[in-house]
Amino acid sequence: MSAHLPVLLIVVPLLAAPLAALVRHPRGSWVVALGASWWALGVSIALLMRVLADGTISYEIGGWAAPWGIEYRIDVANAFVLLIVSGIGAVVTPYARVSVEREVEAARIPLFHTAFILCLTGLLGIAVTGDVFNVFVFLEISSLSAYALIALGQDRRALTSAYQYLVMGSVGATFIVIGIGLLYVMTGTLNMADLAVRLPEVAATRTIPVAFAFLTVGICLKLALFPLHLWLPNAYTFAPSSVTAFIASTATKVAVYMLLRFFFTVFGAAFSFDVMQLDMVLMPLALVAIVSMSLVAIYQQNAKRLLAYSSLAQIGYMILGISLASVTGVTAGILHLFNHALMKGALFMTLGCVMYRVGSVRVEAMAGLGKTMPWTMAAFVIGGLSLIGVPLTVGFVSKWYLVLAALEQGLWPLAVVVLLGSLLAVMYVWKVVEVAYFQPPPDGDPPAEAPLSLLVPTWALVVANLYFGIDAKLTAGVAMRAAEALLGVGQ
Amino acid sequence: MRLLGLYNYWVVIVLMMVGFYTIIARDNLVKKLIGLSIFQTSVFMLYISMGRIHGGTAPILMEGTDVVYSNPLPHVLILTAIVVGVATTAVGLSLVIRINEAYGTVEEDEIHSQDESL
Repeated sequence: MSAHLPVLLIVVPLLAAPLAALVRHPRGSWVVALGASWWALGVSIALLMRVLADGTISYEIGGWAAPWGIEYRIDVANAFVLLIVSGIGAVVTPYARVSVEREVEAARIPLFHTAFILCLTGLLGIAVTGDVFNVFVFLEISSLSAYALIALGQDRRALTSAYQYLVMGSVGATFIVIGIGLLYVMTGTLNMADLAVRLPEVAATRTIPVAFAFLTVGICLKLALFPLHLWLPNAYTFAPSSVTAFIASTATKVAVYMLLRFFFTVFGAAFSFDVMQLDMVLMPLALVAIVSMSLVAIYQQNAKRLLAYSSLAQIGYMILGISLASVTGVTAGILHLFNHALMKGALFMTLGCVMYRVGSVRVEAMAGLGKTMPWTMAAFVIGGLSLIGVPLTVGFVSKWYLVLAALEQGLWPLAVVVLLGSLLAVMYVWKVVEVAYFQPPPDGDPPAEAPLSLLVPTWALVVANLYFGIDAKLTAGVAMRAAEALLGVGQ
Repeated sequence: MRLLGLYNYWVVIVLMMVGFYTIIARDNLVKKLIGLSIFQTSVFMLYISMGRIHGGTAPILMEGTDVVYSNPLPHVLILTAIVVGVATTAVGLSLVIRINEAYGTVEEDEIHSQDESL
């Protein structure tokens, strides 16, 4: 049983999805989703502990040996990503029950939970697999279900933003398939570890750089790196609250993991950064993303859209860390991947609470909520502080490593941009806090505090923000081991 | 002659560009999806072409050891990709139907002008 955990992590939720659709009862399908997401979390924790204790796990699907059969290969890097994806899934599912009952028609709720589990399965699958074509299949499972989930939003603009995401996401995925095909035609293998061995022999041909370029553009579309981010703000703004909380804290993170896996494991850091000079592309784009997207966030009137632009800036931080291509830099990138999932999950969930009681997440509609919904807004303030990077929150830990990595290479202007980004974050977080705490609530019945079924999951993530901000030994230690594994040093 | 020998790949590139251009240039949401399908189909042809081996026969086990087979793996991969492509088109078209119900049009510029007037 425990030897088969890597595949059961995928198979159980994959079977739970049609079951949730067949149950056809809103509450029943939610129970199935809850079981699947908690199962995934339990297995992810077990896998991470096993990887930390015994090293890399290799699982052969159907008993077919590795370069021919599909291999699930779990090292510290993807075990850590599995933990954050399944962790967010396990927190958002309990939250989704009440939130979805308010925002989605009753007849569609079982299908909502089906799509939700499928999306979770796809994201876990991308992280767990060691086969490049398998990555594409799981990517499409997660993306197609994400399009359906976003289209369930109440506003009709949810439909157009889902459509826009579908077109751009499919183009990105097709670019990735072209890249994978070109790799296959040169090496005759799809297994990541095998590719890593065979690629250096053919790296001097023209095909491999072309494959590299297709993969870079495709993955950057998926992770919404500036200027390939146009699908993201609308999708996050108009999706149902629990979908935004889930997708914002997992989908782009898994795409960042794909970037790490392809460029460090498959192509190797030497080819990606010395030969192809990927850092010359990623670093400027990351810097522009941090500054420009934070500036755009300040001018948003819709709090969800404000946080969506802030996410784009935060993706810039992750890519900035990765583009430094040092152990500290990649550690900062992976750490921010984990930490940003915690903070954006918490923040979007507080907005879901506001949506539940107030019916709007426009900034002006949040006037006086500091008094009427104190717990919700307190969660928002802590999440916001974490976004800014105040000490004792997770945001501080990842920014600390990022600044450290920049200074290590003598690139102090990068550290200045990181701090400038934090200052801009103060401005956009303050914009919401100011309205909520220092403006009087509108006349009429004040909204009540959000129900406990929404507050408890939200605060679970808020507490995680504080806990991992104070005791960063676990996350930073694992992130550093993951970075070392990806760069092939240490161990 | 060498260029003619790569006939399949020329077709792939032309189809890819036709599809990509349609996605970018067309305002009609259905036409965009047609472009997306053409774009994806070109990739299917790329994969199928790369499985071809000179003098290779269909990959069905035959007597003798000197038989050269075409590589079946890209074909199998593309079966999966075709399924994904069909699913993408289906989700896309069902979104277009719902957009048409909500806006009464499938032209992108008209949708934009309606949302701005809200």
